[in-house]
Amino acid sequence: MSPRRRRPHLVFPDASELEEPLLDVQDLRTYFHTARGVVKANDGVSFTLNRGKTLGVVGESGSGKTVLTRSIMGLLPNIQLERSGSVRFAGHELTSLTAHQLRDVWGTQMAVIFQDPMTALNPVVRVDRQLTESLRIRLGLDRRAAHDTAIALLGSVGIPAPEQRMRNYPHELSGGMRQRVMIAIALACGPKLVLADEPTTGLDVTLQAQILDLLASLQRERSMGMILVTHDLGVVANRADDIAVMYAGRIVEQAPTKDLFSHTRMPYTEALLRSIPRLADPSHTRLRAIPGRPPDLASLPDGCPFAPRCPYAQDRCLTDDPPPRTAGAGHLFRCWFPVGSPEGEDALARNVAAGVPAALAFTGALAGAAISVTTVSVTATAVVTGSLAPDASLVPPAVPLVVPPVVPPVVSPGPAEGANGDATAGES
Amino acid sequence: MAGSGTAQLRGDDLLLRVEHLVVEFGKGPRRVRAVSDVSFDVAAGETLGLVGESGCGKSTTGRAVALVHPPDQGSVRFAGTDLTTLNQRDLRQARTKVQMVFQDPISSLNPRRRVLDSVMEPLSIWGIGSNEERKAKARQTLESVGINPSDASSQRPIEFSGGQCQRISIARALMLEPSLLICDEPVSALDVSVQAQILNLLDDLKRERGLTMVFIAHDLAVVKNVSDRVAVMYLGKLCEVAPPDTLYRHPAHPYTAALLASIPEPDPSAATNGRAPLSGELPSPTDPPSGCRFRTRCPYAQEKCAIEEPEMRALGPDHFVACHFPLARPMVSTEAPAVAEPVGASPFSNA
Repeated sequence: MSPRRRRPHLVFPDASELEEPLLDVQDLRTYFHTARGVVKANDGVSFTLNRGKTLGVVGESGSGKTVLTRSIMGLLPNIQLERSGSVRFAGHELTSLTAHQLRDVWGTQMAVIFQDPMTALNPVVRVDRQLTESLRIRLGLDRRAAHDTAIALLGSVGIPAPEQRMRNYPHELSGGMRQRVMIAIALACGPKLVLADEPTTGLDVTLQAQILDLLASLQRERSMGMILVTHDLGVVANRADDIAVMYAGRIVEQAPTKDLFSHTRMPYTEALLRSIPRLADPSHTRLRAIPGRPPDLASLPDGCPFAPRCPYAQDRCLTDDPPPRTAGAGHLFRCWFPVGSPEGEDALARNVAAGVPAALAFTGALAGAAISVTTVSVTATAVVTGSLAPDASLVPPAVPLVVPPVVPPVVSPGPAEGANGDATAGES
Repeated sequence: MAGSGTAQLRGDDLLLRVEHLVVEFGKGPRRVRAVSDVSFDVAAGETLGLVGESGCGKSTTGRAVALVHPPDQGSVRFAGTDLTTLNQRDLRQARTKVQMVFQDPISSLNPRRRVLDSVMEPLSIWGIGSNEERKAKARQTLESVGINPSDASSQRPIEFSGGQCQRISIARALMLEPSLLICDEPVSALDVSVQAQILNLLDDLKRERGLTMVFIAHDLAVVKNVSDRVAVMYLGKLCEVAPPDTLYRHPAHPYTAALLASIPEPDPSAATNGRAPLSGELPSPTDPPSGCRFRTRCPYAQEKCAIEEPEMRALGPDHFVACHFPLARPMVSTEAPAVAEPVGASPFSNA
């Protein structure tokens, strides 16, 4: 491609002069029309990101988090795709840009670090050309300047002897090196926003710490915005300003990082936190596994998509989809019976009393393979019949509730339960 | 560190005793010593966790124990017999008691066969029971790992999720009622919520069937959860062997301490506890460093470490380390070098 351009450039204001948030995503829907039906990979995702801030996006595989990054950038193929909603980036509406106009966005304004550095790098092209390509095309540098910049870039991402590495092919580099090269390529043209899609999955823990520290320091240096997508809550706990937890194609809880961990509202977030083995726990601690598995995005259940696996679920959850509710500044969640609220505790106690398997597994009342097996199959039945344990609704709510033998929660439930409950009352 | 030595071995009567295991790949100057002189033992009913970075030889060790890849040197004594001395026929017979579960649950099942047939196959190969009896046993085993047997008789692996495929692989490994189960990264391809289900299942099966396990993983939190004893590997050698709670509370080997420090804790308040992440990468196993193999990345390395290879020695009743300068308890905060400082001027500039 020739560096000469015949079309007008899109003009982006300097990030520091920006009045509005760097990135503002509103009600983004990304549907794929497949033979199995419509796969709702993103179903009404909204968030904003300010410059220099990090949003952690957490979810299991199939929750739509990778599609979200692709959809924001406009990188998805246009075949069988239905995309609606708004993605405003630095004053431009990205969803209405043409593919040609998007080239002014990619690289210089917004860049992505892909998950698998082996397949994301071109195996038959030397590091040299993969790095200088965007520098020459986007920034119009000449060969000499691009080469020098590329060497400096490799040095800045912590690659020793960058001059020699420039002549290498990707297969000559180790996994950690390749990921550093990926980061250097993404940052080459000085983007204002970086989308890091599982940048450390597949790397060893020691390398993971190195790469995440590197990303954080580069981000500080450049005051870039960053979306850090991961399935590991541990990765974002210390590195993100805000966290969005995704389930079945939507954000089910979003909050400032500290708030999310200390005042968890969404049962899914709580269950996810509890299912992680902790170093602090003694050996052979029984894990609070979430029974069942995430729903099929092509045939989502009515009501809350997490209800079939949820320890708090009531009959209402199977029929009515909970709208987003707020709990304090910047804290959104989607649940009828939130964690830490009186109605949530009632719901859990009712489920434990009625012997709903998800609730028993969650509170640790279950042990033994035979029972945990039934957990899975009974939950599956609940999905089919559309009802929870038959007598769950028969327990009159007026009966004084016995607090279930909840094992000390991993997340501290916060100082004042009542106050938290009041804060969540903002029913929309 | 990686040191040699056999101080960590206990009595002679344990179910599995691996001594001076060496596995090499290739010949001449490019020869890779994937496992060099590793010794460990596992008592009946115990779970040994084997941890380390990728490339440290932990999977190769697991495969050598099952003689999937025969070791070049060393002995693997299983229930009193040295498996490496057996002829092909006796080895096949002995191996029915040693079964493996692999990392990728989907590719370790034949995609073209019905799940029930795959699970029945071990019995068919050995001609155990009639077809009906095999079927009944397969159904019963599938049930015990939480798979609906009627789904399994008609469906192929593609119709199951990753977690379910791993349950099926476990069922298949259990069909011959092995006494030793070698699990090679059984949960690293699974989501956290499913990972917890599989870990609980393995724990239950171990208790019910009195299984002995070698559990290979790179995730220290997972290994801690399932193990009775943990062995840390680095570049083909063992660094440290200890019960999990001791190892995690008082790591004696600098490598163990660095591994622990690298783990991201899912808790923002547990932040910055003097983290000292390891810098650099694993050296090439074709040309490992002299002396202690960890010395090139070790913040405490001295001259002695380059000359003399540390031997495994006892630190406490059941705590063994191969290091010349083991960390004192309680762990002092380390001043290891952080990630390499960016060199040169910042190349980032806005157009």
